Amino acid sequence: MRAPPGPLDYLRRWPLRAWLAATAVFLYAPLITLMAFSFNDSKRNIVWRGFTLKYYALTFADADLIQAFVNSLTIALVSTVVSLVLGAMTALLLWRFRFPGKPALEGALGLPIVVPEICMGVAMLVFFTEVLPWPTEAPWPLNLGSIIISHISFSFSFVAVVVRGRLASFDRSLEEAARDLGAGEWRIFREVLVPHMQPGLIAGALLAFTLSLDDFVITFFTSGPDTTTFPIKVYSMVRFSVTPEVNAASTLLIVITVALTALALWLQGPGVTQTPQAGEGLLP
Amino acid sequence: MDEPVGRSRGVFAILGAPPVLWLVVFFLVPLSIIWAYSFGQNVNLTRIAVDGNLANYAHALRPLYLGIIGKSLWFAGLTTLLCLIVGFPVAVAISFAGPRTKAWLLLLVMLPFWTNLLIRTYALMAVLRTEGYVNAILGFGWKGLAAVAALAGLHMPAFTPLELLHNDFAVVFGLVYVQLPFMVLPLYAALDRLDRSLIEASLDLGSSHLGAFAKVVVPLAMPGVVSGVLVTLIPSVGAYLTPDLLGGPSSMMIANVIERQFKAADDWPFGAALSFLLMYMTFAAMAAQAFAGRRRSPT
Repeated sequence: MRAPPGPLDYLRRWPLRAWLAATAVFLYAPLITLMAFSFNDSKRNIVWRGFTLKYYALTFADADLIQAFVNSLTIALVSTVVSLVLGAMTALLLWRFRFPGKPALEGALGLPIVVPEICMGVAMLVFFTEVLPWPTEAPWPLNLGSIIISHISFSFSFVAVVVRGRLASFDRSLEEAARDLGAGEWRIFREVLVPHMQPGLIAGALLAFTLSLDDFVITFFTSGPDTTTFPIKVYSMVRFSVTPEVNAASTLLIVITVALTALALWLQGPGVTQTPQAGEGLLP
Repeated sequence: MDEPVGRSRGVFAILGAPPVLWLVVFFLVPLSIIWAYSFGQNVNLTRIAVDGNLANYAHALRPLYLGIIGKSLWFAGLTTLLCLIVGFPVAVAISFAGPRTKAWLLLLVMLPFWTNLLIRTYALMAVLRTEGYVNAILGFGWKGLAAVAALAGLHMPAFTPLELLHNDFAVVFGLVYVQLPFMVLPLYAALDRLDRSLIEASLDLGSSHLGAFAKVVVPLAMPGVVSGVLVTLIPSVGAYLTPDLLGGPSSMMIANVIERQFKAADDWPFGAALSFLLMYMTFAAMAAQAFAGRRRSPT
């Protein structure tokens, strides 16, 4: 027999357990049924009629869907790289220097995080029609430029926040030691700062990648007929009805995102599932 | 830290120029254009004259649009309240769990957050529609009940599926589904920092668990509640996809009206004014939070 629950063992009391279980069902039942029914051999998609992979075959045969998928990955990849560079620069700038206008810059950087997506979407739409008309008939992947630019604009602030949080735990004496030993600005950056920033960079990159892959609203306003992304394509399919093809395509995307997240968590090593504010997660 | 720019002017310029330039050109300029348009009007099909009039804002405050803004706020408020009710016990459970369980529970809450918003909304469509899983389960239960009733000689009418999709209920349900992780994480962050001995002390002094909860845990978790409310409320007010896919014709929210002005209706100045009303509301909410935070911790 196990010991009776201690006074603060709230997790071992049944009402809280029931509540947790109900929440888990609420969060996961729709997603799990969605994935399960992508293997269902029935067009009506409600009663189980046996296992099939034919909807996956249909998905892979759908050239538009594959193109949209490739577009999404390309956009996410490019915007992640650029966001990472810009975000890391911003983080270093704000961490290292005291300068007039710093609060204003911090405020402006917070904007892409808090501005409602719809506002940013329409702003980008107007910008790319009036100020910088983007040639959407340009050869691939240049035609994706307007979407990539919009994605970078909202992702790099997130990267900056994450990397700056990591830099806060940097021991300044390491930099001083390197300087005393004769290292120049660039060498200190490469051999002392970057290794320390690495977990933050990985977390930031992952965040930027998922934000880009996940984005619907802002892409909706910046994409053209020839530049659909995966969410835009799925949206146009979903508008008509619930079909097993959409289930199959969605399942693929879920699996990819979950795999990427798991990979990033694993790359960061143990301790990252603890939240940064607890303190431990940020220490090597 | 906080080195004056002084002798590292070069490093400062190299680090600062690209992000600041990007932010200005590809973010602040587009927003400023929208802001300017909100004071303008359509001259002809392709030209908008910015002449500083407030007609668009006046237009947005007419009963029809005021009603939609009110509805958006009501949906978002209800969503936030429901997320708080569902999320608080979850956050408590996570913060009192052992380290291993805690990591798993956090992952459990975060995982849907990593899943595409559109896919999550689509999953709900499959669950809620007339021929969806909820109605299938209810229909199955009804059949069983009817069979039992028939044994007793009673006749039950045939099962009519519930209309769960394309109405206001579906929108709020969908918003809660999407926003719940955003509420749980800040709550958890605040609860995790809470000093356990305070709860033990109040229990020792004769308080009940619920009493300790109401008088000690909740007040101390207040900063987490405030930021949880904010990160749930702001995206909910401006939600586009959820009302678009799950709502009916009458459950339009402000974002859907904005989209319509920029696409089908082609009234950019009016759409711009609506966008900026949404922005002003966002800023007001954030200012309120900053103000509340300052009052809580007078330094």
